[in-house]
Amino acid sequence: MLEIRNLSASVGGNRVLNGINLTVEQGEVHAIMGPNGSGKSTLSYVLAGHPQYVVESGEAILDGEDLLAMPAEERARAGVFLQFQHPVEVPGVRLDQFLRAGYNAIHKSKGLEELDPLQFDRLLQQKAGIVNMEPTMLKRSVNDGFSGGEKKRNEILQMAMLEPRLSILDEPDSGLDVDSLRLVADGINQLRSPERAVILITHYQRILNLVVPDVVNVLMGGRIVRTGGVELAEEIEAEGYEGQDEVLQAQG
Amino acid sequence: MTQQAATIERRYVEAWNAAIAPSSSDVPAELHALRESAIAKFEEVGFPTARRGNEAWKYTDVAPIANAAFEDLAPAAPVRVATEALDQHIMGGSVWNRMVFVDGHWVPSLTSMPTLPPQVTVTSLAKAMALHPHLVRDLLGRYAPYDESGFTALNTAFLRDGAVLIVPHDTVVEEPIHFIYLTSSEGQSSVTQPRTLVSMGRNAKASVIESYGALTDTLSLTNAVSEYVLAEGAQLDACRLQQHSGSAYHVGSAQVRLGRDSRFTSGAFDFGGAIARHTLSVALEGEGSECTLYGLYMTNHGQHVDNQVLVDHIAPHTTSEQVYKGVLDGRSRGVFHGSITVQQAAQKTNAKQSDKNLLLSDEAEVDTKPALWIYADDVRCGHGAACGKLDDGALFYLQSRGIDEAAARRMLVHGFANEVLEHVELTPLRVHLEQLITASLRSSRRPS
Repeated sequence: MLEIRNLSASVGGNRVLNGINLTVEQGEVHAIMGPNGSGKSTLSYVLAGHPQYVVESGEAILDGEDLLAMPAEERARAGVFLQFQHPVEVPGVRLDQFLRAGYNAIHKSKGLEELDPLQFDRLLQQKAGIVNMEPTMLKRSVNDGFSGGEKKRNEILQMAMLEPRLSILDEPDSGLDVDSLRLVADGINQLRSPERAVILITHYQRILNLVVPDVVNVLMGGRIVRTGGVELAEEIEAEGYEGQDEVLQAQG
Repeated sequence: MTQQAATIERRYVEAWNAAIAPSSSDVPAELHALRESAIAKFEEVGFPTARRGNEAWKYTDVAPIANAAFEDLAPAAPVRVATEALDQHIMGGSVWNRMVFVDGHWVPSLTSMPTLPPQVTVTSLAKAMALHPHLVRDLLGRYAPYDESGFTALNTAFLRDGAVLIVPHDTVVEEPIHFIYLTSSEGQSSVTQPRTLVSMGRNAKASVIESYGALTDTLSLTNAVSEYVLAEGAQLDACRLQQHSGSAYHVGSAQVRLGRDSRFTSGAFDFGGAIARHTLSVALEGEGSECTLYGLYMTNHGQHVDNQVLVDHIAPHTTSEQVYKGVLDGRSRGVFHGSITVQQAAQKTNAKQSDKNLLLSDEAEVDTKPALWIYADDVRCGHGAACGKLDDGALFYLQSRGIDEAAARRMLVHGFANEVLEHVELTPLRVHLEQLITASLRSSRRPS
């Protein structure tokens, strides 16, 4: 479904990704683990189309389409969803209205039915239950004054509404208490299906106990240095990232 | 005054001699004396065109207005009004009370007062001056001094018509009263001098909207003066909506006097005009009086919009808040000058001021200047000014949810304006403003 080949990218003149190769198949959950500054968030921004990130070389093909050639909104319409590690506050723009605009834009591009405010509200309230979000929050400005946990749950709500083919989750677990973590993990698991795929970026193994990945990748220095199963995450949890480079070199 | 300038002002004096002097007997002697004194003052002070030592007009050059060769400086009442062009100014359907003025003259046929309580007086100034001078004699010109401003002197000199609202004590006017001032010019460029007078009795409550616009896109100057006086415990919500054509000049001032425990809310909305300048001056004279002044200016192309907001805390325990926002595109320019004066006696004053601007183009410019003059020691005052571009991070966030860039920009601008719009309690006005924002964004061309 997603094929990333030799992808290199920079931000502000600094090279952050150095030849990423990654293949994600339908139905898979890929964990990407790595220390701070290894390029995890950069990879997510590059795939979602953030204009500040410059692709130096390589390609990313989604369902046969050149993902990197599309502006951000077209990637969303092609089924890409980025869950932001730091969701943006948008004062004055109501969450329900913002999300309806996105929902309808995506549906329109696919020739699917657009929803009027009443129909949309019904669906939104129903999905808000998944992440235990108060209906009053849906009428507030996007992320404005939300707590860290509320922002993360709001991201998962948006994912549940937009039903993306490929979800890129950038540290959905950071800064969450145990209860919020479970809500977020449940939200992710509910979206797992044979037609969809998930790239789950995280520091810690903790969330991988709740959202069990099919493949674990270790990202260091802007490259995928190791790939394995769930046991790889356990190994990192036990031994840390230090030494992962050497493991790779020893293997090479 | 230079020789050339004197010639400019002379034209207005001659127009006054031709149009106003012969009608001296239409109004009581003391009101005509006011006009005579004002035209003399105008001839003396002239238009504020000086570029040096003219702090109040530092950022707004009125030379284009002073030098404009308007064909009709005292237009007669229009023969016929194209009512279809009126539609874009109508709000509140058949519920709001409405008075329409064209070229400075009241048009009775376009006036309706469906929901006005019988004890409330709404009348044209011409009628009031001629038939009920006691209603306006003590109020007119009392709060709008004309000795320092050439524009106010000019308006006072040409006093012929306008709107008068008198709400007696303990009277609540549930539905708004909408004064619509339009220029039609019948093909001729012209100058009109609208005047609004609102007197709120003790514990009276009302909402007033002043709308300014043009029925045709002809060169014109609207020079408006409003006086609002609130007695003890009165509450007034007064909005001003300026949606002139691109060829229009607009200069206006509103003088507000607040009695004890009275509350004044004001919304100032500027969308049109080539040059628009408005001065809102509020005197918190009564202990415990409060004002909330909010405004939104949205400019494009070569427009210039200047808001001067002058708040004077005279009595103790008074509260003021100014929340202005600007959205500037094209080569347009915004000016905001907000001043807060706290007199020595005005202890326990609470005053806040904020002006935030969004620049949508590299050529747009804003000059925002706060000024605080504090002579009391036990006060709380705060001010803030900001100026920035659309947040790239927010733009990307919206786009990442499937919203295209143009729509995302529109949403963010609406979001920016919402902080002001949420103060607007009258739903028809809020809807109208939202439409004007959308139309304004459509008319702006985005660099590709």
